[in-house]
Amino acid sequence: MKNKKHLLSFPYLFWSAGFILIPLCMIFFYGFTDKQLHFTFENVASVAEPENVKALLISILLALISTAICVLLAYPLALILSRSAIKNSGFMIFVFILPMWMNFLLRTLAWQTLLEKNGVINMILSFLHLPNLNIINTPYAIILGMVYNFLPFMILPIYNALVKIDPNVINAARDLGANGLQTFLYVIFPLSIPGLISGITMVSVPALTTFVISDMLGGGKILLIGNVIEQEFKQANNWHVGSGLSIVLMLFILLAMGLTAKYDKEGGSYF
Amino acid sequence: MRSVCKKLYIAFILLLLYAPIITLVVLSFNASKTRAKWGGFTMKWYGSLFKNEQIMGALYTTLLLAILSALIATLIGTAAAIAMNGMQAKARMYFTAVTNIPMLNADIVTGISLMLLFLAFDAVFGFKTVLLAHITFNIPYVILSVLPKLKQTNRSVYEAALDLGATPVYAFFKVVFPDILPGVLSGFFLSFTMSLDDFIITHFSKGPGLDTLSTKIYTEVKKGIKPEMYALSTLMFMTVLVLIVLVNYIPDAGSKLQKEKALKE
Repeated sequence: MKNKKHLLSFPYLFWSAGFILIPLCMIFFYGFTDKQLHFTFENVASVAEPENVKALLISILLALISTAICVLLAYPLALILSRSAIKNSGFMIFVFILPMWMNFLLRTLAWQTLLEKNGVINMILSFLHLPNLNIINTPYAIILGMVYNFLPFMILPIYNALVKIDPNVINAARDLGANGLQTFLYVIFPLSIPGLISGITMVSVPALTTFVISDMLGGGKILLIGNVIEQEFKQANNWHVGSGLSIVLMLFILLAMGLTAKYDKEGGSYF
Repeated sequence: MRSVCKKLYIAFILLLLYAPIITLVVLSFNASKTRAKWGGFTMKWYGSLFKNEQIMGALYTTLLLAILSALIATLIGTAAAIAMNGMQAKARMYFTAVTNIPMLNADIVTGISLMLLFLAFDAVFGFKTVLLAHITFNIPYVILSVLPKLKQTNRSVYEAALDLGATPVYAFFKVVFPDILPGVLSGFFLSFTMSLDDFIITHFSKGPGLDTLSTKIYTEVKKGIKPEMYALSTLMFMTVLVLIVLVNYIPDAGSKLQKEKALKE
């Protein structure tokens, strides 16, 4: 029986080797070779070129800001929802996964309509005699797009961590004389950290590496590191430099993965 | 007072999440061809949608991809999860790590790595390459949905079935499988949704002749989106909404869910 069970892992064993590990090795192979396939560090070093440094720094900055905003927006929401009468987590996931059924490019594009100079938001603002909001084609619009697109990935893991907390633990803290704030700081918050960390990873990685959101809401003026890599592959056809930059990008992702592995022992609490 | 604040806050987040969706629904009824101007109410895009062969072709490709990739990923992923559940720590570590790679890695890196692989094997970029790519990023979602359910199953029940003379396969399908079925199904639907909504990985693994809805929209962004696209996405959204509401709120299905929950507790 035991041997037979191992057979079940074979399809995935081969699949993961062929379509996950070997492709990753290919990036390293291309990243460390030139067009004649000689070993070189130049591709990776090209991240130090001024325009690439600029793209990388803007990407990191925007990713940090939008991750922080996501935490600030998602945590209170997850807290409220985890205490509310709606205990059906299926419903929760439904409300936050549902938007995905409308194509994400179209949803991002819709923000153009909303944010434009004569767009919906400005019409409402001028109706209320409030100053206009002119953020389309600026980094602010990109941040908004990132927060909008990745917020569900912050809400769900935090919510899952909060729902799992045993109410008896909270009651015990209250019985022992902790006030609401103390209960939150010393009981609820520490127990929610694994969810928070997976949320941060789930948001910061796509935010750091996106090229679509900056394309659509940045008006093509703001290049993120994702845009640079995409152009190397799709326009310049320079796979070597593109791979080299991807390796640099992966270093940052590895950093995030390390953090997750350290805090999120359970794994897969996202859904 | 506090509960009003809480409700307002939930409403604010939902508004943020659903504002673009409302916008797209409204645009699908817009008689003017540009999205900047409101030209009056019309239903004509819903009619011309079904005559637009390009959009219908992209829809067909997208749905076929989503169904096939979700099915294959569910098969491979469920099998892998069952094997992983009974594995020793070391072997299990390989699978856990390898499953985390596509989950945590950037889509652009996953896309590029697959593109390089297909290039190295001189593969023809088309439906097959995109399908392989979608299966690859879907398997981890299935594994992560099924594994927790497997951990909840009670091993002694399975062993009791064996003691009573059931073959391992029979015992599995009679005893274990019903318990993990919700995980398998949610893995399938999650995969389906991810495949449907994917742009980045498809962008790098597709060839020039093939378009999914996502890649079609991406090329249309610069020229201007055809209003039929808004109509189509409104229809898809409404279909899913109705389906989910039916599944969740049909009284019969609802009470069944509650029963399950009560049993668990």
